[in-house]
Amino acid sequence: MSDALEVLDQVGKWKASGKGVAVATVITTWGSSPRPVGSQLAVDDTGAMVGSVSGGCIEGAVVKEALASIADGKPRLLDFGVTDEQAWDVGLACGGKVQVFVEKVK
Amino acid sequence: MKSETLAALQEARTKRRAVVLATRLSDAAETLVYPDRAEGELASDAALVSAARRAMGIGRSETVDIGDQKIFLNVYVPPARLIIVGAVHIAQSLAPMASLLDFDVTVIDPRRAFATDDRFPGVKVMQEWADEAFEKIGLDASTAVVTLTHDPKLDDPALEAALKSDVFYIGALGSKRTHAKRKERLAEAGITDEQFARIHGPVGLNIGAKSPAEIAVSILGQIIEVRARRLEALAAPKVAAA
Repeated sequence: MSDALEVLDQVGKWKASGKGVAVATVITTWGSSPRPVGSQLAVDDTGAMVGSVSGGCIEGAVVKEALASIADGKPRLLDFGVTDEQAWDVGLACGGKVQVFVEKVK
Repeated sequence: MKSETLAALQEARTKRRAVVLATRLSDAAETLVYPDRAEGELASDAALVSAARRAMGIGRSETVDIGDQKIFLNVYVPPARLIIVGAVHIAQSLAPMASLLDFDVTVIDPRRAFATDDRFPGVKVMQEWADEAFEKIGLDASTAVVTLTHDPKLDDPALEAALKSDVFYIGALGSKRTHAKRKERLAEAGITDEQFARIHGPVGLNIGAKSPAEIAVSILGQIIEVRARRLEALAAPKVAAA
């Protein structure tokens, strides 16, 4: 089963059980980045996740924003890259840059 | 993302239909673009629909500027299929490896002793003649066909049927000598040299593969390469005729 399908299926299950869910999607990459454009990570309101938007480097920060999006319903555009101090802290060790769009499933 | 959008994406997957989800990044407005129609808030934006269909054609998701809007085009194309003719030893390595690579795998063999679910856990097995099975499955441009039986009775009708379709890859197991004889037989059946040239034979990249698993790697390496080159060619800007 492909990653994309696995993520969508889990989102469907979470929604069916009444959970709040947000989906994060890699929408742009520059240089070497571990996951291609279109890669998705879904997060439920307990912080459980499926899929990935990096090799594990930025998932922590993305989950935090996903939970905030579930709470306020607003989409978010996140930038991660080696020049970004926060991204350096969360460790995008591959040296690439990625842009991630986070939105609540309504 | 709306729940209805999620349901539409899942339905498209189940039915093996391509769809692009266009999302406006400023407000998450959504539009679903199919090959023949578009639905959603921005469905009447001709530039958006045209950009989405282009992304669908090359199978690549991307962020584009349409007017002053930033739009993310997420392309959902049906997974590539691999049809293996011959439920033989190599197929037992090839099928699970191809599944790992996200291919939708079907193994076809009319011989009852070979085509059993026990030998191929987790993949579709059809105990039928290849040309008949192909009619049921429907060969398309996201399908690869590999023949592994070594038996002209089984391989030849499969190759003939595959050559009449637009599958993106055809491979046939067998030595150079076997392949030359195959060419003679298929020529008698009306296959031209040009058509025959579509068949990769001896199948696979030349990596000195010996064991069934190694041969499976060489076949999958070649399929990945052919698919990537084809997508690169599709994505390259078209040179305008002078």
